[in-house]
Amino acid sequence: MLLAIFIILIAAALLGYRVISAVPPLLHTPLMSGMNALSGVTVIGALAVYYTVPEGAGGWAAAALILAMINVAGGFWVTERMLRMFQGKKRDSEVEEAPWQ
Amino acid sequence: MAVTIVLAVVIIAGFLTGIRLMQSPRTALWGNRLGALAMVIAIAWTFIDTGQGSYPAALIYIAIGTIIGLVLGQAVKMIHMPQTVALLNGLGGAASALVAWAVLLGYTGEGAVMLFWGTAGLAIGIGTLTFSGSIIAVLKLQGLAFRKPIQVKGHGHILRITILLAALLVILNTGYLGSYYGQLIPIVALLGLLGGFLMTLRIGGADMPIVISLLNSFSGIAAAIAGLAVNNFILAGTGALVGVAGLILTRIMCRAMNRSILSVLAGFTPGIQRKISLPGDQETASESASDHFTEEDTETDLTGQEAKQVITASEDRDPDTTLSELLKNAGRVIIVPGYGMAVAQAQTAVRGLVDALEAQGKEVKFAIHPVAGRMPGHMNVLLAEAGIDYEKLMDLDAINPQFAQTDLVIVVGACDVVNPAANSVEGTPISGMPVLNAEEAKNVVVCNIDENPGYSGVDNILYEKKHVITLWGDAAQTIPQLTAMVTKKEP
Repeated sequence: MLLAIFIILIAAALLGYRVISAVPPLLHTPLMSGMNALSGVTVIGALAVYYTVPEGAGGWAAAALILAMINVAGGFWVTERMLRMFQGKKRDSEVEEAPWQ
Repeated sequence: MAVTIVLAVVIIAGFLTGIRLMQSPRTALWGNRLGALAMVIAIAWTFIDTGQGSYPAALIYIAIGTIIGLVLGQAVKMIHMPQTVALLNGLGGAASALVAWAVLLGYTGEGAVMLFWGTAGLAIGIGTLTFSGSIIAVLKLQGLAFRKPIQVKGHGHILRITILLAALLVILNTGYLGSYYGQLIPIVALLGLLGGFLMTLRIGGADMPIVISLLNSFSGIAAAIAGLAVNNFILAGTGALVGVAGLILTRIMCRAMNRSILSVLAGFTPGIQRKISLPGDQETASESASDHFTEEDTETDLTGQEAKQVITASEDRDPDTTLSELLKNAGRVIIVPGYGMAVAQAQTAVRGLVDALEAQGKEVKFAIHPVAGRMPGHMNVLLAEAGIDYEKLMDLDAINPQFAQTDLVIVVGACDVVNPAANSVEGTPISGMPVLNAEEAKNVVVCNIDENPGYSGVDNILYEKKHVITLWGDAAQTIPQLTAMVTKKEP
């Protein structure tokens, strides 16, 4: 269990390093706001502890739930707004490209 | 157990694929949506897995957070993106600290005890530091408080002692296996808050890109460590991803500004203490300018000839005429925007100029320095918002070889990033900093607010060169003047 969690942490860091390094400076701001959204993943930690913590500690977990969800929703939404601007004016030849095309 | 690991791997792979799609502006939107989908699955699965389906109270908090997040995300303007990201960094840090605190209150001593207390303490320390540091950054960026860097006596020492003390208490608490956590951890939290406050208090405006990137990284690291404390694979892996992203951006920003992360955190703000003048510059400047000039003499193309006339005759001719001739005769134009353009809210005016130039068949590109804004990539967002096609936005490495073949460079609200002193003069804060080689163009028009040096405090030797015309004033007014010159019909 302990070993597995460290392996996942290190593998994510290494793969992340490769993938993130290749994001062009053009998109660094959306990258950062996207990372804000991902750091909201704390919400699942908050959910996991919400009902296991004793009386009186639930308030802290609830506060964490709210703050982390602000990150998730706010982060993904500002990123969506920004990236839409980068779709820009599409020329006739250039249709929005979905990754699976 | 096996299911947990498999699902965690799938979710993290989803996030990674999302980031991978962000490597191109065409697929980036789908990358973001894929990330959001993976997040929804992670939350839904955790909700079901922990048996909370029957206690939906947590849903209410999730709904509250979601609504606040969406309203915030919809309301912010693009110019305010740095403080938005800073705010979210802070909330992320706070959330991680709160989770660690909540789990600590309910800890019953199972699992790896040392690891638990060590990581919980660290998550609280780093989380609180990220929170207070980010809040100060938001106040500074929004202009609400602490606009000028503030440095108290012995600032560096106090900061170091604060952080060391917090680390010591975390170690102590771990050593005692949490026997005194009720006394120690609140102090760690307070020291964390103080540390973030002290760290950001003395940061100057143009160093913000570095600090925001660093706090972005901290928010991820806090999440990863909280993930270790609560034994959550997804949290640990995703936190690590965010931490790495922040570190990569911090490094890029430091390089682009010729600063080390330590000098930024040490509160060394070059331009604040003194104005740095460059003795003997004038000579170097005129020398290299005349070099440039001789080269230009040999050029046979019409634009070069015209430009030469303009330069030599500029003193006894109406500068407006020379400017409008330059604008009319230029075939290739590069615009260099800086934060001054954003301050003047001149993006729309610049867009108008681009449209006017392109209507006459000229090629227009933008040269974007990595720190041309208050956070990484900020300038690109502002220009995209003004409706400028992202394909015109070139980064430093791509555009620098092109300046020499460019007829006209228009600098809008940028100073240090076009200062040739970075390459030619030793011993200044910008010496060796990568700059845009605007001086290599045949002609340069500088539309800055005034001739004062930029953030570095180094005089801009570009202004002195003979092929440079300066147009001081508010870019929101001067750029439309240029546009009018372009569109004016021949008499």
